[in-house]
Amino acid sequence: MNVNHFKGQAISWRQEKGVVQVGLHRSPCNELGSLSLAELEQFSSGLADFEKNCHAIVIHSEMPSGFCAGADLRELYERTAGMDKSLALAGARDFLERMHRVLNALDASPLTTIAALHGVAFGGGLELALACDLIIADKTTRFAFPELRLGLIPGFGGIPRLKRDIGNAVIRDLLLTGRSFNASKAHQIGLLSQVVAEGESLNAARATAVQLGKFDRHTAATAKQFIKPIPYDELKQEIDIFCGLFSRPAVQAGLKKFVESQEAQPYLP
Amino acid sequence: MQTADKTLDEILNLAAAHFKVPREKLSPDDDFFKTLGIDSLQTLDLLTRLENHFHVELPGYELQGVSDFRTLAGKIQARL
Repeated sequence: MNVNHFKGQAISWRQEKGVVQVGLHRSPCNELGSLSLAELEQFSSGLADFEKNCHAIVIHSEMPSGFCAGADLRELYERTAGMDKSLALAGARDFLERMHRVLNALDASPLTTIAALHGVAFGGGLELALACDLIIADKTTRFAFPELRLGLIPGFGGIPRLKRDIGNAVIRDLLLTGRSFNASKAHQIGLLSQVVAEGESLNAARATAVQLGKFDRHTAATAKQFIKPIPYDELKQEIDIFCGLFSRPAVQAGLKKFVESQEAQPYLP
Repeated sequence: MQTADKTLDEILNLAAAHFKVPREKLSPDDDFFKTLGIDSLQTLDLLTRLENHFHVELPGYELQGVSDFRTLAGKIQARL
């Protein structure tokens, strides 16, 4: 595999001047399913190579609708509907464990990672951003953990990471109401590093990445490791709780309702 | 605090400009999904733009079942 650049069906990346720029480009809004996961795993397997001559990773979306609308619920529903419960559960657990390995590797990478957001950053999309060190969002960005409407909790490490970075009250608000909030609110509560004008998050992230390149890499990596512990125990616990909920009939009913919904507002829990 | 009529007018102006629909084609009681031809993600985009414009926070669940500009204006007016 050439780690300098990659053009996949869901994500692509290229290295330039010490920065790995990762673009998400799966229609309609970078829903995270098996294809995205496989390509994220490819990316993750190249992290050690990136460390040799890069100092930063910037993740952004090339889709106009937003950064990422979360897990691919349509795929999840189609793959599990009518399936034997224990097989469906084993498949869900495997998917979560693989996604956790990718996000944990990103979270723990000695490189400094920046998520550049616009539009929707819901569920798994927010969880991907939370695995990064810095989040830069433009004014169109909206954040949410809408999983409770499906009878689930976020499964890609969102709760432990948000708890680590912000605090329990914010998680309760997002999780228990399922509501979304905008970039101003996210900045106000400390989730964001910067809020920028519409369409400017990638430019701001690139400029930040240039600044990061001025510092000694070993020192930056040491500082990151010191200040950003990975909550491995809670991450494992999250998978167990998710899987415990996943077997309940409410989940299949919630997925079915979402996938078959003709409502104009399925993203408004 | 600004009047409800002004709030409604600003919503109609903002929606017309952003979704490139002639302002005269929008009426307060229109179903904005149909008139603007927007899907759920674009509705969230509209919500964000309205929050930014009016400097309010409008939880999405308050908009469940809301589909006309006048009711939407009422929800925003209640938070100004």
